[in-house]
Amino acid sequence: MSSGARWLVAAILLVLSRRRRRVTPVAKDEPEAAPTPARVTAPELPDRRAENVVLLLLGLGTACAVAFVVVYALDRLPRQTQLLGLSLGLAFAFLAAASVVVGRRVVSQHEREEPYAEPEHLEEQEAVVLVAQESASRFTRKKLVVLAAGGAGTALGAALIAPALSLGPAFDMESLYRTPWRRGVRLLDEDGRAYLAESIEPETFYTAYPEGAPREQLGAPLVLVRLEPGRLELPAERRGWAPGGILAYSKICTHAGCAISLYRKPLFEPTEPRPALVCPCHYSTFDPATGGTVLFGPAGRPLPQLPLAVGERGELRAGGHFSGPVGPSWWGVRLRGAR
Amino acid sequence: MPISLLALAAVSFAAASPAAGADGLAGRGKELYSKSCASCHGPDGRGVTTQGAPTGAGNVRALGPSLRGVGALSTDFYLRTGYMPLRDARDQPHRRKPPFTDPQISAIVAYVASLGSGPAVPRPHPERGSLSRGLQLFTEHCAGCHQIAAVGGVVTGGLAPSLRHATPVQVAQAIRIGPYLMPSSSARQIDDRDLDSIVRYVESTKHPEDRGGWAIGHVGPVPEGLVTWLIAVVALVGVAVLVGKRARP
Repeated sequence: MSSGARWLVAAILLVLSRRRRRVTPVAKDEPEAAPTPARVTAPELPDRRAENVVLLLLGLGTACAVAFVVVYALDRLPRQTQLLGLSLGLAFAFLAAASVVVGRRVVSQHEREEPYAEPEHLEEQEAVVLVAQESASRFTRKKLVVLAAGGAGTALGAALIAPALSLGPAFDMESLYRTPWRRGVRLLDEDGRAYLAESIEPETFYTAYPEGAPREQLGAPLVLVRLEPGRLELPAERRGWAPGGILAYSKICTHAGCAISLYRKPLFEPTEPRPALVCPCHYSTFDPATGGTVLFGPAGRPLPQLPLAVGERGELRAGGHFSGPVGPSWWGVRLRGAR
Repeated sequence: MPISLLALAAVSFAAASPAAGADGLAGRGKELYSKSCASCHGPDGRGVTTQGAPTGAGNVRALGPSLRGVGALSTDFYLRTGYMPLRDARDQPHRRKPPFTDPQISAIVAYVASLGSGPAVPRPHPERGSLSRGLQLFTEHCAGCHQIAAVGGVVTGGLAPSLRHATPVQVAQAIRIGPYLMPSSSARQIDDRDLDSIVRYVESTKHPEDRGGWAIGHVGPVPEGLVTWLIAVVALVGVAVLVGKRARP
């Protein structure tokens, strides 16, 4: 027999033995010192079945909330999203059902039919307080129920807080500054072929990835455009970053980290807005001609630019590191540059 | 034998007829061009690139690109979509019923095409393309603005139109031209086979398969969320009312 099954048997035996010992239901062993006030509501027998249902529902709610944390932590189950939704939804549903059963079956349903007296009538007020107190008198294992409810609440709280870990690395900030781009890394297209400088045409945009590095990294994807070299207004220290007017920027928006998948390219410039890289999520608009400065939208800092160089065979290579950290901003984004 | 002779006759007739009528067609086109296009695109399609005083009919503030070398491809696209003529050169062109008849459009296209050597009207073959490749290419090149369901969207400073009413030829033309703020792609970036695949995908978005049942405009999670919330909130209020009813003693 596995240890889990043994624990289960032990738990069942414990519950059964406790049940047998207590025969008299109503609180009999209370001290006689304080005179027990006369009951206002008709005494009702405890409904142990309803109480058991409450315990069962709270237990199931706890199990589901714990399951949410487990599914979240495992992170490799098929249909994880559906399982996460199911476990959290069921946890809420069980807790709600437990509350409903407590409200409808366990708590006394006594109603005072006459209108409440004026508040200064003390006895009446006391009676109301007594009703409230006595309504809980049908609980025989109050502590256990409170404990179970507390456990369910704690587990659910943990389940709600756990996804906050996905907001970013909690301890290792170094990974936020790191990108796979170094001097000499070749730019590859979707199919893994190296981009040649002469193959980059004006009026359109390209997506590039670093050679020999995973594409899923935040710092990996680039957006490439070619503008007329004479029209560039890059900062002085970026001289030579755009050979032949070819510009490379991080494809990850500095606002919320979406992929820059819109290139606004006027067909006839005198009547149309100037060229811009646009993020589809919140329409942050960056000017490729001036080094990725923000033209519009919620982004708080320019799009990081990658210096480019042309290799011996005409292939595009990185000329160094990005002009700033890649991706959405965080508290330490301005502390130092990307590497 | 008689059939092949007939076919030969038909071919030679088809080959001969545009040549015979070309001058007449382009001539009529020139007339229409001078009336409706020349104030912005200049005489002989030379373009107006500096803003001058309002000229032409209806005080049009003339400004427009040169049409030399744009060929039949662009002219056909802009006229059949109703994008041109434009009332104000600064407006974004929108799809509407073309103000010209089909023969008039053919005439203007013939005239503008005769101004310089330019690309002809493309003939896409969506049936030769691959739907999955089309989806992949559309996601990469087009969906940023037009949305994955090709229902259109926004770019700062302009609208990306819905492709619901775009014909296969117009989709192919738009990819090559890059109208208004759209990037253009040459055959080096998107070759004709890829073009067929994209067109096939765009055609498929016109009759989408809705496995979920209710498409709600195919525009994604915002309307879906709204519907879910409206239905879920009503259901939750119902449950709350039921729970709140006092149990019968």
